[in-house]
Amino acid sequence: MNTPTQLPGFWSRLSLAFGAFFKTAGDAEFAARVRDNGVGPVAAPAPAPVPTPAPAPAAPVPTPLRANTPESALQLLTLLQREARLIDFANENLASYADADIGAAARVVHEGCARVLKEHFTIAPVRSEAEGARVTLEEGFDAASVRLTGNVVGKAPFKGTLSHRGWRATDVRLPQLAKEHDASVIAPAEVEL
Amino acid sequence: MSARYAIGIDLGTTHSALSYVDLEASDGENTAHGVLPIPQLSAPGTVEALPLLPSFLYLPHPDELAPGELALPWSTEGETAVAGEMARSRGATTPIRLVSSAKSWLCHPGVDRRAAILPADAPEEVTRISPLEASTRYLQHLRRAWDGAHPDAPFDQQQVTVTIPASFDPGARELTAEAARNAGYASATLLEEPQAALYSWIQGSKGAWRKQVKAGDIVLVVDVGGGTSDFSLIAILERDGKLEPHRVAVGDHILLGGDNMDLALAHLVARKLAANGTQLDAWQMRALTYGCRGAKEHLLADPNATTWPIVVPSRGSKLIGGSIRTELTREEVTAFITDGFFPRVEAGARPATRTRAGLTQLGLPYAQDAAITKHLSAFLARQAGATAELEGFAGRVSAEHSFLHPSAVLFNGGVFKSSILAQRVMDTINDWLYMEGAEPARMLEGADLDLAVARGAAYYSYARRGGGVRIRGGTARSYYVGVESSMPAIPGMEPPIQALCVAPFGMEEGGELELPGQEFGLVVGEPVHFRFFGSTTRRQDAIGDVLDFWGPDELQEMNEIQATLPAEGRTPGDVVQVKLHALATEAGTLELAALSPEGQRWRVEFDVRNSANQ
Repeated sequence: MNTPTQLPGFWSRLSLAFGAFFKTAGDAEFAARVRDNGVGPVAAPAPAPVPTPAPAPAAPVPTPLRANTPESALQLLTLLQREARLIDFANENLASYADADIGAAARVVHEGCARVLKEHFTIAPVRSEAEGARVTLEEGFDAASVRLTGNVVGKAPFKGTLSHRGWRATDVRLPQLAKEHDASVIAPAEVEL
Repeated sequence: MSARYAIGIDLGTTHSALSYVDLEASDGENTAHGVLPIPQLSAPGTVEALPLLPSFLYLPHPDELAPGELALPWSTEGETAVAGEMARSRGATTPIRLVSSAKSWLCHPGVDRRAAILPADAPEEVTRISPLEASTRYLQHLRRAWDGAHPDAPFDQQQVTVTIPASFDPGARELTAEAARNAGYASATLLEEPQAALYSWIQGSKGAWRKQVKAGDIVLVVDVGGGTSDFSLIAILERDGKLEPHRVAVGDHILLGGDNMDLALAHLVARKLAANGTQLDAWQMRALTYGCRGAKEHLLADPNATTWPIVVPSRGSKLIGGSIRTELTREEVTAFITDGFFPRVEAGARPATRTRAGLTQLGLPYAQDAAITKHLSAFLARQAGATAELEGFAGRVSAEHSFLHPSAVLFNGGVFKSSILAQRVMDTINDWLYMEGAEPARMLEGADLDLAVARGAAYYSYARRGGGVRIRGGTARSYYVGVESSMPAIPGMEPPIQALCVAPFGMEEGGELELPGQEFGLVVGEPVHFRFFGSTTRRQDAIGDVLDFWGPDELQEMNEIQATLPAEGRTPGDVVQVKLHALATEAGTLELAALSPEGQRWRVEFDVRNSANQ
């Protein structure tokens, strides 16, 4: 996915999507704006016969902020719950358990999260240098993909130490959804007959 | 018809895949190829394109799913069954609605394979389907996936190959071809899976295979899939200065594969848990099997790992308190998998067979001995003389060899992602070779274990058009019909039968042979049955040869074959003298036909029904 510099990266979008979801749910005025501008929750496109689905990016709007459709966020939650039991895990009260029990459950969560990331995203480091290496940022560097910290003064080229390599999603492969599918059901209740 | 692509389909017991070669972009041994991602339901209302299509079919209850949840990229009007990933995961919790291992049922001689019998343990209200129908559904799904992705190159205009186990009998081959026709495949060719694996290896080497094998080599293909094990021997000949692979022998059908190994481990761990007072239900057992597979793969990939933890998650939403933690140790994996399925046996070891208890058998005829190496030693011993009459191999086989000496081994199937298991098989074979003073066999490198069969099938479609190397060999068995011998009847004894060879070993595609001399009287309007036999070892019998005696291992009786003369223009009850013809079709099936003196032709059907039930 090619992200223009002024656009938020995938993870920022994810958090925006969560924000938009709750804001839409809780703020009627915002919801109306989302509806009238046609940027908010729109019906998922009918599954088209393409082998590798990519989520449709929201259309550019004149407002400085944009909201993603919550469907993709809900879909990701569904995957994380199904594969990694993430919602179950996050809703547990850790105070009442020994670390060994938490560790056992964490294996399920870790393995499942890794699987979801591997199957649905291609994630690569932003910087290829080893962490701790000296790096030079030339003028016009991409400020969205590199964050300057500490003694941020003067002008480019900036010299510093790489403390985190960063991550960039180079590909997203979320499943397609049926038209009538209710994405808000993250995990259906199970009833054994 | 101008095909743009050569398509290969691996119709597996547990997974299916579609691979293709772009004919316009390929030249000689340089091929442009790919694997088609197959859109399938991974959960209700969720469609994912995955490289493999799990060969499972789920038959949901009418109230089970919300409307519209079964939508796929193509029209699913009237569709009541789900194929693929969702079928597998849903079926694990509701097995009474899950059709699995349809391919193993398709070659089960004891059942009517056109009858709606699957799922075998479904209650009355579930509308069952036949093994043939299930296979048709998977093939249909793959065709639609292709058409969706390539609207400019419709599936039925491409060159298509579907793979089958080398051990499939003529009836099962014919059924697979029929499933392909029913699925709308205009002209599909069949290819044996071990051959496909070798084709894929040849393709992957981009010509370098000529350096890895030489004339006189005998390549043993060991293919252990999810549900079946399949062996083939391929001899490398040199003709006109070119290397030419010849498939000289195929093994028996062995229902034993990687899934059995995971299940064996899961039962072991479940017993361990039960000893500590923890009982698992069916749902947890499935999670445990899944966990065991992961643990097995880790332990078999990393020789230094001693244990691998397994967590069976709780079923309810309380994840932490309710999960069960256990572990799998290296000793357990070694004892159960390495020594259980691949024991280091002697060359004389044979798989144990017990007489089946009871008269009727409803389930699949799983292999009784889990030791794959024993099945392998039995196969090599039975085929000791497989290359005796092959040109260029005259001096290589001696009567003192107790088994056929392979000089190279090609592995196929996900099981051999573990180098420990591949090495164990190599060591075992090399022990056998050492005992007979032969050079050790080498392992052919660079095999693609998961997708080799589909890729090789696509390459074969391509090679058939003259683009690449072709494996020769023809039919892998000779076939016989039983005829009553003209001996005086002895009270209390069945009249002895003779076996008349109706199709010799190694018939090449497109070849047709007439049974000389012998004529059969067919009664108009009445089906006539013949006992039918096959042999994987009798290479020397010519068409028309009559066998009075044969060893117990030499001929295997198959389901009866049947010829019916329609009454058109004849008086029912009349006897017509016909001659039998054997035809090895271009599509890879065997056809037997009856020809009247006037030149009329009728097909002799391989009876796919259980004769005992008639």
